[in-house]
Amino acid sequence: MTLTTDHTRATADGTHSHGVVPAGSRAERKTSFDLADIPVPSGREEEWRFSPVARIQPLFSEQLGSDGVAVTVEAAPEVKVETLARGDERLGRAGKPGDRTAVAAWNAVAEATAVTIPAEAVASDVTSVRIDGVSKDATAAHLVVTAERHSEAVVVIDHRGEALLNQTVELVVEDGAHLTVVSVQDWADGAVHASSHRAAIGRDAKLKHVVVTFGGDVVRVTPDATFTAEGGEVEMVGLYFADADQHQEHRLFVDHAVPRCKSRVTYKGALQGASAHTVWVGDVLIQAEAEGTDTYELNRNLVLTDGARADSVPNLEIETGEIDGAGHASATGRFDDEQLFYLMARGIPEIDARRLVVRGFFAELIQDIGVASVQDRLLASIEAELEKSMSVITGVAPDAE
Amino acid sequence: MSTLEIRDLHVSVETKEGAKPILRGVDLTIKSGETHAIMGPNGSGKSTLASALAGHPKYEVTSGTVTLDGEDVLEMSVDERARAGLFLAMQYPVEVPGVSVANFLRTAKTAIDGEAPALRHWGKEVKGAMENLRIDSSFAERSVNEGFSGGEKKRHEILQMELFKPRFAILDETDSGLDVDALRVVSEGVNRAKETTDVGVLLITHYTRILRYIKPDFVHVFVDGKIAEEGGPELAERLEDEGYDRFLTAGATA
Repeated sequence: MTLTTDHTRATADGTHSHGVVPAGSRAERKTSFDLADIPVPSGREEEWRFSPVARIQPLFSEQLGSDGVAVTVEAAPEVKVETLARGDERLGRAGKPGDRTAVAAWNAVAEATAVTIPAEAVASDVTSVRIDGVSKDATAAHLVVTAERHSEAVVVIDHRGEALLNQTVELVVEDGAHLTVVSVQDWADGAVHASSHRAAIGRDAKLKHVVVTFGGDVVRVTPDATFTAEGGEVEMVGLYFADADQHQEHRLFVDHAVPRCKSRVTYKGALQGASAHTVWVGDVLIQAEAEGTDTYELNRNLVLTDGARADSVPNLEIETGEIDGAGHASATGRFDDEQLFYLMARGIPEIDARRLVVRGFFAELIQDIGVASVQDRLLASIEAELEKSMSVITGVAPDAE
Repeated sequence: MSTLEIRDLHVSVETKEGAKPILRGVDLTIKSGETHAIMGPNGSGKSTLASALAGHPKYEVTSGTVTLDGEDVLEMSVDERARAGLFLAMQYPVEVPGVSVANFLRTAKTAIDGEAPALRHWGKEVKGAMENLRIDSSFAERSVNEGFSGGEKKRHEILQMELFKPRFAILDETDSGLDVDALRVVSEGVNRAKETTDVGVLLITHYTRILRYIKPDFVHVFVDGKIAEEGGPELAERLEDEGYDRFLTAGATA
């Protein structure tokens, strides 16, 4: 049976609140660089309650190696790439770890890859960071992308192969900079990946943060975005497609700590197959000082077959009434049989009709990404996923059609 | 020349309380080029007939036959019926977000014809048909039915009828909710299709208004799931004057 949460019609529901700070406020969540402050979770904690902690267990360890992945950077000519030693002052500027995997990753790494867009530079090409899984030794990795003041760049982080990776991605967007970061989780079947993305957004700076998750056994991405000065803007876009037995979790936190910043969150996912599980949690905190905040977050899930489960939990905490706008919407629906009937009544076979509907579900979001190479690859990945679901529905192997 | 033949059709609809019989023995024969109006009060089963012919999964045919030139329509899936030449202009066209009208029309045309239409010719044909129906060219890039007004949805249905060139078109209350101008535009579209393709039309309506624009050859009055009376265009005129009361009273005493 499919469990769905439709928060668009649940404003009076106790599962999330408007204008009242609940007991589990994000403002009170422990964040720390110290491993001792954040113990290994049992799975009952708020931030782990949807997660398969047993499968993530290797990444909680204090002992994480560094050889499980190979990192290759192909940088635009204007962009600088360095390796920073642990303890470098350029690390840790984008906020503290907020959960066990994040703090474990922070403490385990010996060095970090730094991608820097120099002040006022406009990158003429996409910078690509490839992270290839090479062994299944639990591994920590750290990437910091710094867009110095008034710079502009697009950075694509691409994860493939098989790995047990606990990762930190720091994004420092300095005053007036425009940074687009796309993180693609296109892992092979056995990969387990925890990734803490922490972004600090400066005055009049803009971050477009895109997360795309297809592969892997367990993928848990926790993007935190904090505004450090007025006039900042963050657009967070996510797209995921979970198959049988996959767990894909995206937990976002946008911290409106200063006045007059804007955030937009749009995540969409499709699920198919037995025990496919997706989790989307969107926490937005508008602090008392953050007057003139404008925020909206949306999550939609499309359940294509029986036996899949989508959890969707938007949380909005508002500590000031002096805001421009704040809202959220969440809906999880089954494949719409009336849409299917309409298309089939025009002669379109069921397989093609389903394909049209799913492509349509993601279409606008893909256009929003704005990075052509990523868009093309995404469309191809969605096609490949759909081939799988068609064989589930029709009982015919894709190549036997 | 094609023939759509409906014989002693019984149809039930799925409800929470179980299957509820709606159609109780419908007999109807439609030939190419003919226009049959099916009229009747609300709840008489007119729209059920339309949905059952198209194969909507909510409706179950419990007995009877439907054949198209001898082929068993009831054995066909929804898409097979459309490819065999049946078209249903829906009363409530469904929104399909993210699928553009242009893409939808081309995909459907390709499925129905079994091959992709020649690109240049098709583009012209779509453009011309849209102009005729006074559909703004910007609609080609909009998502199917999404944010369309009631009248725009109905014009989009008739656009498909003109482009797909079915052998038989069932128009399910296409006139409901249309203002006079939109009604005229939609009717002109149906008449163009009749002139150019010899399509047989099953026109389902509650009102006689649309019959001033689309002339029926036959009028059937639907009451309580079957045809209560049949005649020519003069029957529609009589209904215009008298309404359905006569049939409802007859039905109640029968």
